[in-house]
Amino acid sequence: MQSVVPASLTIISESSQIRIECSGAWTIGYLSHVTDELEALLPLSKIIWDFTALSDIDSSGVALWQLTNRRFEQQGSICTTIGEHKEHSHLYRLLYSKPIQEVLSPHSPSFVYRLGEETYRSVTGIGTFLAFLGEAFILLIYTLRHPHLIRYRAIGAHILETGANALPIIAISAFLIGVVVAYQSVVQLQKFGADIFIVDMIGISLTRELAPLITAIVVAGRSGSAFTAQIGTMKMTQEIDAMKTMGFDPFTFLVWPRVIALMIVMPLLIFFADMVGIFGGMVIAATQSHLSFTEFVHRLQGALALKHYLIGIIKGPFFAFLIAFVSTYRGFQVSMNTESIGQYTTKSVVNSIFLVIACDALFSILLTELKL
Amino acid sequence: MNPSIIEVRNLITSFGETLIHDHINCTVKKNEIYALLGGSGSGKSTLMREMILLERPESGSIHVLGHDLSTLTPLEAAELRRSWGVLFQSGALYSSLTVGENIALLYNEYTDLSPKLIDELIRLKIDLVGLPPHAKYLYPSQLSGGMVKRAALARALALDPKLLFLDEPTSGLDPLSSRQFDALIQQLRDLLGLTVIMVTHDLDTIHRIVDRFTLLGEKKVIAEGTLDEVLRVDHPIVDYFFQRGAYGITR
Repeated sequence: MQSVVPASLTIISESSQIRIECSGAWTIGYLSHVTDELEALLPLSKIIWDFTALSDIDSSGVALWQLTNRRFEQQGSICTTIGEHKEHSHLYRLLYSKPIQEVLSPHSPSFVYRLGEETYRSVTGIGTFLAFLGEAFILLIYTLRHPHLIRYRAIGAHILETGANALPIIAISAFLIGVVVAYQSVVQLQKFGADIFIVDMIGISLTRELAPLITAIVVAGRSGSAFTAQIGTMKMTQEIDAMKTMGFDPFTFLVWPRVIALMIVMPLLIFFADMVGIFGGMVIAATQSHLSFTEFVHRLQGALALKHYLIGIIKGPFFAFLIAFVSTYRGFQVSMNTESIGQYTTKSVVNSIFLVIACDALFSILLTELKL
Repeated sequence: MNPSIIEVRNLITSFGETLIHDHINCTVKKNEIYALLGGSGSGKSTLMREMILLERPESGSIHVLGHDLSTLTPLEAAELRRSWGVLFQSGALYSSLTVGENIALLYNEYTDLSPKLIDELIRLKIDLVGLPPHAKYLYPSQLSGGMVKRAALARALALDPKLLFLDEPTSGLDPLSSRQFDALIQQLRDLLGLTVIMVTHDLDTIHRIVDRFTLLGEKKVIAEGTLDEVLRVDHPIVDYFFQRGAYGITR
């Protein structure tokens, strides 16, 4: 490549006017120097642009000249040009063929406006979610009356994906929760010499509260986000529109198989988390408190009433319902740009974890009132 | 003598077992509108992707603006990438940025122009491709198909490239829009001294603005040259493409 002489200018003052001699290449990479010079230049009454020595110019050069020229003219100078090359004036005419229209940037709304808008959107959001649920249930009733429409195969596939494939991560999480609870309790209970109560502590807290909650959180992060992303991508690629035109209802094909699969799988996963979590507690009890596995299990039989275990398991389908519905709903909300997939996946996980915790709190209040 | 901008010599490409190009030669000269033509799967898009450093050929050489693409250093490659603009078939505008920001990105990354000047340039480019001024503040999802192509062209033209690659520029446009788009590209070529390489199926475009083209088929170059030169070639694929002989639509 041949070397390029960067843009430069010489300013010659002639009595009441100045002549700006432009030379070199006024092209995109070589303008920084002259930009500063032109910035600093204060206009006189008459200005002549001399382009005779110009070797090359591109749109950025033309734009720079126009921009400066406009500033001079606004400040009352009379500007003329001499010595422009033919192809350069062609370029100018191409770029500035139309009069300049100023468009105002869309003003950003005020804080109060945005607060109102967000509130309105949240409130109507609840409405659309309820409408989504309603539509789903109408189709559920219809499908139950026509059982051949139930997508058994899809349900099976989702059970495998959300259940069996989730076992490793749930095992690790539940085991660690068991370990953490056991560690914390051992330290406190040893102060009272009540080491044996670690069994009650682990047995009840895990089966009743912690295992369902940790399972729900893992499932929301793992399967909920997947549901949103899958359905969102299908929406972006117009697959959902295609399904509708073929008469495949998205609720029977996409929503219900996921919801039902998750509702079947969740209690099983919670049971699995119970077992692994208690095992984690047993390991710590044995190492920190010299409570053997046999003693632990023996004590557990007395301490852990069946109701605690059942309450934990019963929460499963409720949590699964919330997670599956929120995440499929968010998937359908994805719009035609790549960013919204990420946005709605985040929303789906955050919402479903929040709803799971809220639902758990509701269970606590209800069951306490019922003296269970 | 008109110097050649792109030279493809003995190019062989294969994806795994499938051979795509078998000894392909073609030459693009300065300041011409050159088209790559061929049926689906004839490897014309792949050939273009190899020219813009998105794919690597198996063997053979491609020279673009005098650089051999197979022996480029990373620095030369970066410089070369700045000297061309690419318009992708679906526009490929960054969907999280407005049209203005899509164009500004290049100026902000590669130049030290003042914000005022960048603003002026964005306005010029948007105007140049025939978009309304307020398009600057719109997101790609708010644009129609034709506007997306125009916005993508504005972005491709941002750094005043000497070389413009267009992947099916008029596909998905209505006849009037595609005629306007063709006219725009021709005007840009005439006034900015661009060299334009496009992949196209559009026979109207070929009749209207393309100077020379290559017809790919059966993994080889069936014909290269101006429309008249190609029409003189006696080959079933030429007949098929230009609807002659057995495939003829009577005029």
